[in-house]
Amino acid sequence: MTITDITADAPSPHGANENGGTLLEVRDLHVEFHTRDGVAKAVNGVNYSVAAGETLAVLGESGSGKSVTAQAIMGILDMPPGRIPQGEILFRGQDMLKMGKEERRLIRGQKIAMIFQDALSSLNPVLSVGYQLGEMFRVHQGLSKKGAKAKSIELMERVRIPAAKERVNDYPHQFSGGMRQRIMIAMALALEPDLIIADEPTTALDVTVQAQVMDLLAELQREYNMGLILITHDLGVVADVADKIAVMYAGRIVETAPVRELYKRPSHPYTRGLLDSIPRLDQKGQELYAIKGLPPNLTRIPSGCAFNPRCPVAQDVCRTDTPVLHQVTEADGAALPGRGSACHFWKETIHG
Amino acid sequence: MGRYVARRLLQMIPVFIGATLLVFCMMYALPGDPVRALAGEQAVDPAQIAAMKKDLGLDLPLWHQYWNYLTGLLHGDFGTQIASGQPVADIIADAFPITARLTFFAFAFTTVVGISMGIFAGMKADSARDRVLLMVTLLLISVPSFVLGFLGQYFFAFQLGWVQPNVSGEANWNELFLPAVVLGSLSLAYVARLTRTSIAENLRADYMRTATAKGLPRRRIIGVHLLRNSMIPVVTYLGTDIGALMGGAVVTEGIFNVKGVGWSVFGALKQREGATVVGIVTLIVVVYLVASLLVDLLYAVLDPRIRYA
Amino acid sequence: MPETLKDTETTKDGTAAVPGPTAATMAASTKPEKARSLWSDAWHDLRRNPLFVASAILITILVVMAAFPQLFTGADPRYADLANHYLQKPNWSHVFKEDWFGYDVQGRSIYARVIHGARNSILVALVVTALVTVIGTATGMIAGYFGGLIDTLLSRVTDIFFAVPFTLGAMVVLTSFEERSVWVVILALAFLGWTQIARVARGSVLTIKQADYVMAAKALGASTSRILLRHILPNAIAPVIVVATISLGGYIGSEATLSFLGIGLAEPAVSWGVDISSGQEQLRNAAFVLIIPSIMVSITVLAFIMLGDAVRNALDPKLR
Repeated sequence: MTITDITADAPSPHGANENGGTLLEVRDLHVEFHTRDGVAKAVNGVNYSVAAGETLAVLGESGSGKSVTAQAIMGILDMPPGRIPQGEILFRGQDMLKMGKEERRLIRGQKIAMIFQDALSSLNPVLSVGYQLGEMFRVHQGLSKKGAKAKSIELMERVRIPAAKERVNDYPHQFSGGMRQRIMIAMALALEPDLIIADEPTTALDVTVQAQVMDLLAELQREYNMGLILITHDLGVVADVADKIAVMYAGRIVETAPVRELYKRPSHPYTRGLLDSIPRLDQKGQELYAIKGLPPNLTRIPSGCAFNPRCPVAQDVCRTDTPVLHQVTEADGAALPGRGSACHFWKETIHG
Repeated sequence: MGRYVARRLLQMIPVFIGATLLVFCMMYALPGDPVRALAGEQAVDPAQIAAMKKDLGLDLPLWHQYWNYLTGLLHGDFGTQIASGQPVADIIADAFPITARLTFFAFAFTTVVGISMGIFAGMKADSARDRVLLMVTLLLISVPSFVLGFLGQYFFAFQLGWVQPNVSGEANWNELFLPAVVLGSLSLAYVARLTRTSIAENLRADYMRTATAKGLPRRRIIGVHLLRNSMIPVVTYLGTDIGALMGGAVVTEGIFNVKGVGWSVFGALKQREGATVVGIVTLIVVVYLVASLLVDLLYAVLDPRIRYA
Repeated sequence: MPETLKDTETTKDGTAAVPGPTAATMAASTKPEKARSLWSDAWHDLRRNPLFVASAILITILVVMAAFPQLFTGADPRYADLANHYLQKPNWSHVFKEDWFGYDVQGRSIYARVIHGARNSILVALVVTALVTVIGTATGMIAGYFGGLIDTLLSRVTDIFFAVPFTLGAMVVLTSFEERSVWVVILALAFLGWTQIARVARGSVLTIKQADYVMAAKALGASTSRILLRHILPNAIAPVIVVATISLGGYIGSEATLSFLGIGLAEPAVSWGVDISSGQEQLRNAAFVLIIPSIMVSITVLAFIMLGDAVRNALDPKLR
């Protein structure tokens, strides 16, 4: 069974191959970091795919490998200490890991763009935002300084930054957190890329601003029909914008599902734990559920299922056999497109 | 910005007055007598000495002497040498250009070589070349500049015969090369280390990752994004360093026999020629103050986060 | 957990409005076991740093040399024998013997002189650094803590002393003294040298003053002196120690430079600077007279600079 198919098929059960279909496909990606304390296996065989106009949410805790995967796609991993011993990252069918440096550079920014978590540190503090936005046009399209500035103002208006004309020469520290994140979004959007990777785009923001920024991102994505990989640890962010979800744990995908189904019926104990630990208004007075224990040390990932030490339903088999991503079906065997669970006991988990 | 410059200039006045007063006091309040020094070992009539002191205004109380000096300074009068009767201003006019040239040369050497070395090492922190650079800078910091001067003289002048051991009265550029390298070596080590640390730190910065993700060519990432940020602390250091280089020139000028202000100060100290010493130190203090003001302004240009109110 | 991962994966817990275990576990995972203090951490790092170990061994030898030169040589550094030993070349095989490093222009044993010369250098460096640290820390702390007029006044005074070039200023002070003992040199260097530490201490206090535990101590009615000594000093001292350690080497160089210029120590005092100075006339025909004390100065400065580097790396993890 090819695990890839499960996620690729999520929105439209059949054709995700030729033009207009799959934009990006990650196949069996492994990333490790060579450090003083040994080899940290950050990503251990991840598969996922995104199509144009589709939003894939990658959910996981700190250290689950979700950001590292994104960095590998973007080609901004620090190598060394990082290393990609195995895997393929296909963009429009071509393996980016086999491309030359220059070829990859031309994809970055033009075809695939990235939005980072902390806009304050991710923007260059000593260059004006107009310069940093305009750089995209000057470098990739050869525009003049003047032309680039006009485009920058246009972009800033597009992401609804008030008084864009007056503020184009301001520096990042002169903007509020929300406005800075809009600038990051504008920068990613500049060349109308096919795919945007947003790495925790709202985590550093105030709750009130989070929704605005998320809505803007979703709206622009629809407008340009872009693919979006949304990396987050926040289940709340995901629900409204994502089409499908991949839950990561210790460098593996443990569950994939269309977004509504995942909330309704998780098929992995880890996902269930995450969902159970969201505070709910209708359960006043009850103790808040929390997954016990800590995420594993990536230099010493437990044998078998990496989640077994924290899993409430772990059996002996979980400590010895690493579960593959099983195709999840209804109790009667009817297909559930796009659903997969890397749990030996997925049946028990989903069907109780 | 204009107001900030004005305020800084105003702030410089007390520092300037204080520094000259400090040097003035050190020169005159401590034991030691310039008139007696003039006489040397010979026995001199005390009445004659007293008359001479009165003539020179050296019998006045210290504060009065300082007042006279300061008012003279405002009129461009640096005083007169006791022994030669030569105006101190003339001595400075002769010597200062030579020291300025030496300092400029050393400064240019420090800046160009130091920053290049720092970038070279910082781009690959903890690599073999980084370690080598660290060891080289450690050595440069450890060997006092007068030792370095002698070693340079010994090898390049005496052993290899590439340069003349002493600098002629003209102090030509080519003659000043070795003295400038010796003078600049300590700063060079600091600049190289500072640049290296700054580069290595900024390489890990989030905005560098953004620049890569934007698909910018490597030249641009390093030339525009990395260097601009990394140079901020280096520029600050270089500014304060100009004054230090001028002060350090005293030693270098002694070794290579350069007839600059250091050489003049040295002679004046031995003769207890207060006016010359205070005049030259004052000049160096002014250079230092102006340089640090310029650096502060440059800082604002380089780093928009600094706001001057 | 490897650092690279931490960098890319941590989130700002404070601003993340995410309830539940994700946030909780994240907070836990980003803060590894935090039991050790800055000091024990630093000590732990230092012991493993080969630079520190090397410099510590070197400094120990040098300090012993300064305190008990007799342990290293029985020869008298002042005994001159022109007739037999005028500029006699070093005899490298006579390790630890009187003629190991040869004889100077007066026929004195260079080996004995460099051994006995250690005392002045080490004494100057240690005492000046101690004085400068005390004066600078006190000035900086008072300026930083009280602020206002006191700060303006002390900061201007610091600026004034800072503006005077160090070597030149020390030369001016020292020429005024007819008899220049090692204590005069120490006073002159300390008089001009305290400014850097004052600036560092002031900056450090300014940040720590804002810390919650200082606010809490104030709110609980602790006296000013108690706040300064018990709360601020221990937390503000790390950068001061770094600067002080590094400057140790600098003062060794300064003493040698001044003695070399004939303005610091002078004959009959035994000092590396004095020997280098007297060796310069023979540079052409007997370079060893100058080079051997020069190497001693350089090794000593190197030892202290390496110590300073190691201490800085240990106390300031940001620079790693």
